[in-house]
Amino acid sequence: MVKVGVSAPSLLPREGLQRLVDALRADGWRVLGPVPRDGAVVLDEIERVEDLPVGLREVQEAGQYRLGPSGREAFFDVVNGPGSLKPLVFAPREPLLQIELDAFEEGSRSGAFRARELLPEPPRLAVLGVRACDLAALAVQDRIFLEDREPDAAYAARRRHLLLVGVSCTRAAPTCFCVSFDTGPRVTRGYDLALTELSEGFLVRAGSAAGEALLARLGPAPAPAAALAAEEAAIQACAAGQQRSLDATNLPERLWRSLEHPRWRDVGARCLSCGNCTLVCPTCFCHDIWDEPALDGAGSLRVRAWDSCFDREHGQVRGLNHRPTIQDRYRQWLTHKLAGWVEQYGTSGCVGCGRCITWCPVGIDLTEEVAALEVPPP
Amino acid sequence: MSAPLRSSLRPDPAEIVEKRRLGPALHAYRLRLLEPGARRRFDFRPGQFNMVYAPGVGEVAISISSDPEEESLEHTIRIVGRTTGAIERYGVGDVLGLRGPYGSAWPLEEVQGMDLLLATGGLGCAPVTGAIDYVFHRRAQYGHVAIVHGVKEPSDLIHRERFEAWRREPDTEVWLSSDRAGPTWRDRTGVVTELFERVSLVPERSVAFLCGPEVMMRRAIALLRQRGLPDERVFLSLERNMKCAVALCGRCQLGPSFLCRDGPIFRLSAIARSFFTRGL
Repeated sequence: MVKVGVSAPSLLPREGLQRLVDALRADGWRVLGPVPRDGAVVLDEIERVEDLPVGLREVQEAGQYRLGPSGREAFFDVVNGPGSLKPLVFAPREPLLQIELDAFEEGSRSGAFRARELLPEPPRLAVLGVRACDLAALAVQDRIFLEDREPDAAYAARRRHLLLVGVSCTRAAPTCFCVSFDTGPRVTRGYDLALTELSEGFLVRAGSAAGEALLARLGPAPAPAAALAAEEAAIQACAAGQQRSLDATNLPERLWRSLEHPRWRDVGARCLSCGNCTLVCPTCFCHDIWDEPALDGAGSLRVRAWDSCFDREHGQVRGLNHRPTIQDRYRQWLTHKLAGWVEQYGTSGCVGCGRCITWCPVGIDLTEEVAALEVPPP
Repeated sequence: MSAPLRSSLRPDPAEIVEKRRLGPALHAYRLRLLEPGARRRFDFRPGQFNMVYAPGVGEVAISISSDPEEESLEHTIRIVGRTTGAIERYGVGDVLGLRGPYGSAWPLEEVQGMDLLLATGGLGCAPVTGAIDYVFHRRAQYGHVAIVHGVKEPSDLIHRERFEAWRREPDTEVWLSSDRAGPTWRDRTGVVTELFERVSLVPERSVAFLCGPEVMMRRAIALLRQRGLPDERVFLSLERNMKCAVALCGRCQLGPSFLCRDGPIFRLSAIARSFFTRGL
């Protein structure tokens, strides 16, 4: 994605959204967007804008998620569902190497093998309705898989085939705290097109050459000053209305100082170690790797798959587990996300999307845990 | 780190050119990389490790115990699970896979001219034996050498002849200890850490390399601190669950460090807080 500078905003009427979907599909993009299914909004393929969660709004709280009518005809009132961009670039499970073993013959050298890298052939995906926190999370993933190393080939192949249509948030869920990490609610980077949904239509900005070209085909009109003012007010109100926050100032040092705080025992007693938080997190990257033998013994596949630091096996070396208790594993997750990450990648692993709060079955809230860790132990 | 971190997990084929049995379920394998030029590109220092691949089965992280100037690469492998069990079935002429070298090394150049305390506990402890060999191949570059090694049972002492040979080297002392005595045991009986109270140590010009169970190293560190050795001159070899060895799978973390990239050898002063926090 080449940055071409943020274009002047245009105004696209409400009906223009279908033209955008049609233009993307005509160009051979598979278009994904938020779709209500089984009581939640998930990312899936759309053909018509009616597939979007029109007229719906969700209730999110710690350990709660409910969809219901919003009483408005907006397309993007539902904030984040459980799914982020992560699985589109970092596949939940994928083969990395094909290993062929020489057939065993008497007198021959056993173990001879040839290993070949496998590359995915990803579809070209255009994602509609990506929130600022998820674009920030994608930048974090890019840092991990592409920028601090020889690029991870599978990730790079998928990443090249993504087109991103962001949506600035004008409504925050009670679990949102992107303001704390300065990752939202306005879409400011990492997008091809950025939309803001207003009563008079969409404000649209292009953030790449591909975005500019698309925008030109939609027949945009220059945005009137009143629309820009309405946008600013709506985004400001969204930011101001966030109910949760996390003080990110000097957070790594604050957490490293709290490694022996009694709160870890308290949260360890509530945590089920289910790993939901790591699955819904848009940045968690821990994974397992194993070799899967073919049934005919002629070779094996080296597979990587999402894993979680909440899995018992994560810290296991032979008979010894370095993180034997749930409290150890919760501390690993929280200190990695908010402290270790900063030293490893120069950025926090948290973007304030709030998914780990919503999808925790017992409603553990990291903003509350961090605040509790600040309270000096009795 | 200057070179970018690798991402590929592709092992290179390596032929077993020698296999020596060192003890029950413990073997030393000498391996020769088969691809032309592969050995020249393989630039390692003692303390670093390879992912050793049992074809079709899986990989395991094993430190390199041979000298960097030797053509073949040696790994001391203990049979403890499925992958090492598969490796045990291979012999001379067979092929394993290697990828590496990974991780940090003992600071053997930085500590030239200093006295060395090289301490290990447990079976094998290849990360330190490779460093000991390195030092004796360049004996004049180092000061006094003290080797401390503890085992549970007398029969756990492999390389007895090597310890005896080191004992005969000038300006060298060797301390051996077994938790339990046996009819042939002539050295000390008791836990290895007691030796840290007895070994010669001039803190102003000494550096210590430690490898072994973490509980043993914590105790050893307490004794070394009491004797005045600063944390800046204590180095540890640590172990964690490792799958990728390229700082991506996330398993080998200790605080903000990835053991496969920032370790397995750490300067104690750099990781003391993490190392002394249980369950991290």
